[in-house]
Amino acid sequence: METLDFRFDSAPVSRAADPALCGVVGSGNLEILVQSGDLPNACQVRIKTAARGFGDTWRAVLDAFATTHPAGGTRIAINDMGATPAVVTLRLAQALAEYQGGAQ
Amino acid sequence: MSSPLVARHSWFEATARSRVAGLLDAGSFQEILPPAESQPSPHLASLDLPGAFDDGVVIGCGQLSGKAVFVAAQEGQFMGGAVGEIHGAKIVGLLRRAALEKPAAVLFLVDSGGVRLHEANAGLIAISEIMRAVLDARAAGVPVLALVGGSCGAFGGMGIVAKLCSAIIISEEGRLALSGPEVIETVAGVEEFDSKDRALVWRVTGGKHRYLMGDCAVLVEDDIPAFRAGASEFLAKWQEPAPSVANLRVTQQILENRLAAYASYRDGLQVWAALGVAEPEAVPLLDRDSLVALKEGLPT
Repeated sequence: METLDFRFDSAPVSRAADPALCGVVGSGNLEILVQSGDLPNACQVRIKTAARGFGDTWRAVLDAFATTHPAGGTRIAINDMGATPAVVTLRLAQALAEYQGGAQ
Repeated sequence: MSSPLVARHSWFEATARSRVAGLLDAGSFQEILPPAESQPSPHLASLDLPGAFDDGVVIGCGQLSGKAVFVAAQEGQFMGGAVGEIHGAKIVGLLRRAALEKPAAVLFLVDSGGVRLHEANAGLIAISEIMRAVLDARAAGVPVLALVGGSCGAFGGMGIVAKLCSAIIISEEGRLALSGPEVIETVAGVEEFDSKDRALVWRVTGGKHRYLMGDCAVLVEDDIPAFRAGASEFLAKWQEPAPSVANLRVTQQILENRLAAYASYRDGLQVWAALGVAEPEAVPLLDRDSLVALKEGLPT
């Protein structure tokens, strides 16, 4: 297992459902818990992943997410069981939509 | 199947959380120890494995057709729904609270291969505590209803727990047994049981077989509203009996008779023929309603 910590600048997001959970820690899947954080213009992410050595990939996927979505003011915790970047991107969007009060 | 694919909300495919959401009255569920407040398993962390925030089980209170119920739902996709220390403690706590607060029922959405082997003795103790807590809740007059239809079925210690419940509601996709097919094959060899033979696995452990044998009270479609309707209708007419040694003796005698009658058989097909089913080979293809009608027409 590897634990990764990141922080990205991101536009502030409005929250409706705090905390919001999405996904399951199953093979090729992950769970994402979005809670409100301390920094209104940043998104803090902590990942625990079963797959070691993918820090650069996580950084790229999360950076793209924080740029294209308003995710500022959140603290995101992830438990990962080897999800692909596409699945991670999908789940992040789902979790954020849930956090903003939309249905999954 | 009687309903079109698009209109169905498969119980088998759903996560524990979506099963709970669809089972209870809309919006009534209140989770106890939600993900942000509970703790992932320290045992998995010490083995360098990622945990789940809820440790693979969702517990809480809600309403079913207007009646207050407690719910525990295992997540089969996380570690095969296996019971670790925290997972077990959450279920035990819920059952103990049920014995005190006396809701109309505890709905136990079982989807588990049994003990989480990573947690060894802590998992084994957790399962035995669940067994005691189920019996204590029932002794306090609270029915505990097992709902089995997930991808992991109810095996190992959770197979025993399911049978300790007041009754079991199962779908054709659900499975119920003690040792899982792979375990039997590993221990006793492929001649004893071929775990790759999925049709055989379902003829021996699957929902239809369990329903025909009388191990499960209700057979429902693999559909979340069907589980909801099945649980609601069952509870409306169920009165939890006072525990008695006489009842246990009757059950024991039924099990002994079953062993004497079927112990030499290798396949559900043989058992169904002995039960009086005219065309046992047709059973796997019957839809739910036809199978229920078939069982009702069997000699007792």
